[in-house]
Amino acid sequence: MTVPFDQVVTRHGATVLRVCRAVLGPDHAEDAWSETFLAALRAYPDLPAGANVEAWLVTIAHRKAIDHLRHVNRQAQPVAVVPERPSSRYAPGGWERDLWELLGELPDRQRHAVVYHHIAGLPHADVAAIIGSTPAAVRRASADGIARLRHLYTQETP
Amino acid sequence: MTPKNVGDLLADDVEPHDVQRLRTALAGTARAEGLLDVGYCTMPSPIGDLLVATTPAGIIRVAFAAEDFDAVLADLAAKVSPRVLYAPAQLDPVAKQVEEYFTGRRRHFEVTVDLSLIGGFRREVLDELQTVPFGAQVTYTELATRSGRAKAVRAAASACAQNPVPVVVPCHRVVRSDGSLGGYRGGLPAKETLLALEAGRGA
Repeated sequence: MTVPFDQVVTRHGATVLRVCRAVLGPDHAEDAWSETFLAALRAYPDLPAGANVEAWLVTIAHRKAIDHLRHVNRQAQPVAVVPERPSSRYAPGGWERDLWELLGELPDRQRHAVVYHHIAGLPHADVAAIIGSTPAAVRRASADGIARLRHLYTQETP
Repeated sequence: MTPKNVGDLLADDVEPHDVQRLRTALAGTARAEGLLDVGYCTMPSPIGDLLVATTPAGIIRVAFAAEDFDAVLADLAAKVSPRVLYAPAQLDPVAKQVEEYFTGRRRHFEVTVDLSLIGGFRREVLDELQTVPFGAQVTYTELATRSGRAKAVRAAASACAQNPVPVVVPCHRVVRSDGSLGGYRGGLPAKETLLALEAGRGA
């Protein structure tokens, strides 16, 4: 049976948004989400039957996030005063905000391993295929990332 | 904090309405990129919820709730294209006309119809059926004759039964020679409601 693409969006939309937020932060997450699903829509008729749709989407989201980061880095201009960014979504000092910020402090490898394994729920083997690594290395990076998060979290929580 | 609940902590942050907003916006971007092969919306009506679907060629499907919308969308994905998206904003002009029809403010649909789901003589029957005006009725026999094959009454009836675009392509205006209603995909009460509406007896 052919699954209408809209069902792919409703089934996996929230996971992909979480992944985009975790990798890019809330400001660029929605653009990356839209770019991910547009690219997926374009390629969808050629997706083999029985493919792991979630791993496929996270792979696309990963590439889009990397493109986005490259683009942002190219665009970055030094500014005299860093504008204070309002915290609209999170209570100031709330633990969710802390955790998001701490995630941003992890090295790329660890952050990707934590996000794709713990947030997208993909097995280490799938994560390894996405980021070009081995399952064992991903398992280690994920464990190191969690340990680092725990360490940072307990340091920052009074 | 254990490894298990990192995902849970971050997961709490995604609100269903965020995804819903992005899902709706995706249809607009997809259309601009020429990737909206099938767009659909659902709407309430006096004969129950309706699903309306369009392709770039026109309105391809109107479905009744009893048909199971998930099955209807899966069928469109298989027969037309899997690029099926929820597209309420893109469907709005069509949905508005359907709503005007049910509230008695519209007697004629100004939409192009995409009959690619049906072929051969049955398609010719549905083409002919579109010339039967609001408030009028024809019999299956008359419809077969007008379509050019007077003896193909059964084929004419089967075209009506399989009409992919009911309400807009008015198969409800086709009745039996003995005056009884015949059949209707949306159920006979729906057919009665439509005929009463067109006779000015209210919906």
